[in-house]
Amino acid sequence: MLSRTVSSLSRVAPQTLGAVNAASSRQYSITAPRPPTELNQKLKVTIIPGDGVGPELIYTVQDIVKQTGIPIEFEEIFLSEVHYTRSSSIENAVESIGRNNNVALKGAIEESAVLHTEGELQGLNMRLRRSLDLFANVVHIKTLDGIKTRHGKQLDFVIVREQTEGEYSSLEHELVPGVIECLKISTRTKAERIAKFAFDYATKTGRKKVTAVHKANIMKLGDGLFLRTCEGVAKQYPKIQFESMIIDNTCMQLVSKPEQFDVMVMPNLYGNIIDNLAAGLVGGAGVVPGQSVGRDFVIFEPGSRHSFQEAMGRSIANPTAMILCAANMLNHLHLDAWGNSLRQAVADVVKEGKVRTRDLGGYATTVDFADAVIDKFRI
Amino acid sequence: MLGKCIKKASSTVGQSIRYSSGDVRRVTLIPGDGIGPEISASVQKIFEAADAPIAWDPVDVTPVKGRDGVFRIPSRCIELMHANKVGLKGPLETPIGKGHRSLNLAVRKEFSLYANVRPCRSLEGHKTLYDNVDVVTIRENTEGEYSGIEHEIVPGVVQSIKLITETASRNVASFAFEYARQNGRKVVTAVHKANIMRQSDGLFLSICREQAALYPDIKFKEAYLDTVCLNMVQDPSQYDVLVMPNLYGDILSDLCAGLVGGLGVTPSGNIGKGAAVFESVHGTAPDIAGQDKANPTALLLSAVMMLRYMNLPQHAARIEKAVFDAIADGRAKTGDLGGTGTCSSFTADVCARVKDLE
Repeated sequence: MLSRTVSSLSRVAPQTLGAVNAASSRQYSITAPRPPTELNQKLKVTIIPGDGVGPELIYTVQDIVKQTGIPIEFEEIFLSEVHYTRSSSIENAVESIGRNNNVALKGAIEESAVLHTEGELQGLNMRLRRSLDLFANVVHIKTLDGIKTRHGKQLDFVIVREQTEGEYSSLEHELVPGVIECLKISTRTKAERIAKFAFDYATKTGRKKVTAVHKANIMKLGDGLFLRTCEGVAKQYPKIQFESMIIDNTCMQLVSKPEQFDVMVMPNLYGNIIDNLAAGLVGGAGVVPGQSVGRDFVIFEPGSRHSFQEAMGRSIANPTAMILCAANMLNHLHLDAWGNSLRQAVADVVKEGKVRTRDLGGYATTVDFADAVIDKFRI
Repeated sequence: MLGKCIKKASSTVGQSIRYSSGDVRRVTLIPGDGIGPEISASVQKIFEAADAPIAWDPVDVTPVKGRDGVFRIPSRCIELMHANKVGLKGPLETPIGKGHRSLNLAVRKEFSLYANVRPCRSLEGHKTLYDNVDVVTIRENTEGEYSGIEHEIVPGVVQSIKLITETASRNVASFAFEYARQNGRKVVTAVHKANIMRQSDGLFLSICREQAALYPDIKFKEAYLDTVCLNMVQDPSQYDVLVMPNLYGDILSDLCAGLVGGLGVTPSGNIGKGAAVFESVHGTAPDIAGQDKANPTALLLSAVMMLRYMNLPQHAARIEKAVFDAIADGRAKTGDLGGTGTCSSFTADVCARVKDLE
């Protein structure tokens, strides 16, 4: 058990490795190997609880970590538009994530249609993504045993979404009273980056096909640029099949033949739509984990980012997505054994179906679910 | 009664045409390409069987070369639309750059067809994963993301403009509430993304709120686009009438069509000030054209919507029931719905049912 931790730790970071080596070389000279101190073992990550049920879900994860001895430690940064007076700043968040292994676990930050800060059109989520340059959002849609779906099929596909430009550029103005234009920005650089990311992801995970989702028949320049760029990048990956599909047709295909997809790549707004639609296909917002990836940073957050305000404080939200996010985070931090065990524990609880939250037709609370996961956790 | 009908019709936004009920009304018929002529003929036959007081003015919309060398749709089509105010349109081929698409655009511009209405209802006899769908999507049709204003600022940087205006938003919002009231619907949900596009979608949303206040009998809700997508595939029964800007409408209407079995069974209508075009939104299916395999349901149900628009509810109800019964019975339904019937046998079946209902 200990050796496993040490070995997994040794993969974590060179400096830790050095420390372990130093300790083992000391073994010969001094008497017994000293177990690494508690502090040495733990990796730090930032948590951003967010709004709505976000804090409950994050605390669930913290509880699981505490109870199972997963060697991570948290630094909490509170970001919120709803409670904007208590919110920390983006700069603080960025700094904290940079300090904590460049990794964060995040709940949904509610963005309301009402502006609290005058003159700032960009929401917190967008500013955070921009500051960290988290250009790709990756959501793995996978049916979990034990969750009944309408289609009854085994789904396993990945949605890659560009999330730093497009309709989310927050460039809007009123030309004359009653006439508003909102700019959607599409650039070749970012289209190329996300397309490459999608193909690289497909190559790395052994997937066969990449589907580019667009509306180039109407937005001939904007989406046209995206589509052409994807086609160009596809040529560099001859082993991966490439196809394109118009967004409205994609939605229709997803509700009728969702099994045809493998890796999907798309601009910002379509990604938002497809992420949620696809999450709906496999059990809802409560069960699908996701991650936002940049060159340097990774934020793990549920795949469909709903703050679920109406359930706040009622302990009815399904923490599956958030716990799976944490499991993915552990894998990312090279704590593979811990990550896999946690994922297995969640899978077992869901499969057994005894502890189900309301969205899956049960009456268990968020805490019940977390307790069940802790019970099943074996490492 | 008649007076009441007229009053009702005239109070309706976008429904300013008045008819007395005995008149035969003329409708511009654009049969379209591919399977279009077959399914249009089917609609004509069924209307004849139902004794609907409709006379058809078929028109060919193949683009002709004008004196300036530009291809455009024949002016006769526009003239007929001006005279008739109501059109029924089959599927048109839309080869890019060949000018066919401009028919939609030309008619839409000429008559300012600002609202696209798509009722999606689960059909008995056509089993899908979702059997409790009864949603109407109402989509703003003239601006938004599809305003077509785009330019490349420097190579590799494109800016597409999404245009939202108060006028267009108000037109579509008030139409949605009118539609809800007339069709006995309870809830109108505005679908938006005002948390991200705070000004543009914010304007749309505020106009919806403003109109909602004028219709206290209709419940008004707001929902984020992503939430609607998420919920729609889990439990579509929670939605009734949805009203939204152009792109969202495009996506959601096709999504809903997917829930009930595809575009082959969903009708569509484009409503404007004083004119309307009803159409089937599926493709031309050139692979089965002329083989008597096409399913006329979408165009038929669009024609039923047209009858309702023209204030002929009895005829509409009869034809609609006959179509639904024919599909539920299933003996004559076409191949795309899993039946063995042909376009003509399905048409004959519906005709017989229409006559029985008399």
